[in-house]
Amino acid sequence: MHEDEHEHGHAAHAEHAHPPLQKDHDAGPMGPYEVLEEALRSLLIDKGILSAEQIAAAIDLMDSRTPQLGAKVVARAWVDPAFKKRLLKDTRAALLELDIDIGTIAEFATVENTPEVHNVIVCTLCSCYPKMLLGLPPAWYKSLAYRSRTVVDPRGVLREFGLELPGEVEVRVHDSTADLRYLVLPMRPKATRGWSEEALAGIVTRDCMIGTALPRVETKGGRPRARRAA
Amino acid sequence: MVSAVKSTRRLEGSQAPRFAPGDRVDVQGRPVLGHCRTPWYVRGKQGVVVAVYGRFRDPERLAYHFPGLPAQVLYKVRFAQHEVWPNYAGAAKDHIEIDIYEHWLEPAR
Repeated sequence: MHEDEHEHGHAAHAEHAHPPLQKDHDAGPMGPYEVLEEALRSLLIDKGILSAEQIAAAIDLMDSRTPQLGAKVVARAWVDPAFKKRLLKDTRAALLELDIDIGTIAEFATVENTPEVHNVIVCTLCSCYPKMLLGLPPAWYKSLAYRSRTVVDPRGVLREFGLELPGEVEVRVHDSTADLRYLVLPMRPKATRGWSEEALAGIVTRDCMIGTALPRVETKGGRPRARRAA
Repeated sequence: MVSAVKSTRRLEGSQAPRFAPGDRVDVQGRPVLGHCRTPWYVRGKQGVVVAVYGRFRDPERLAYHFPGLPAQVLYKVRFAQHEVWPNYAGAAKDHIEIDIYEHWLEPAR
């Protein structure tokens, strides 16, 4: 609710007021971390430790990682049981088969959802996330609420995501606080029989790979259809 | 266009892991602060080793610009939720798995 400094009716307000201009995100004074980052970056470049090109390339690499990359991996695992086996056994090596290099920041592991076990990923200590496969995490993944509540009340948190799991399914939370990053391999919906790998990848959302959602098949006229990416 | 990066974060070496999958372990209850990766809520709790991930530099030392040595074997440890949280509201079969470095683990008493 905003409060106007002077009195006027709603009609007058609508006539004269215009929506506030959206500020550039870099408007205003720099915060202490921005100052620190710029100072450090300038020093690294001046001392010849890194080049501006290398920094730009690293940013581009990070930006190129999106959940579509993870979806491609999940779809491959769904259509190729031998690949799935390798993915579960040695995620780094299996990803290299698909030309996905996860770098040396962290190791990766894949946990498989089954009719008996549903996996969900959280990092209670900070916000460790499989960035090299899924890109940058959603804001809620880094929120104190998600981080603290997912370990204590995972079923309650999943319910808020619209995911109600029956009591006979074990909910297995993975608190990824150390050197491992986790990918959830969701179950392939039965209604996707005969789908192409590409169509399958289209129903694997970011949240499916965090464990806060299940892949969904939209049905139209009784026939399952792959949901198109927006 | 992957340049066949084979390097990993794991360290080479033959340090024998102290624990094996299936071993019951106690997490130490040490009140350590700093860049410590063992969450408070699991300190003093008992779990079962489900995976041995190999040797990694010790993040508690790395964070303060030491080389992170001696390296620590990293384990995936499974805990029953109702043992971690006495008032746990979910199913009895629910678990939580946490990656814990060896110097935080003891054989279960």
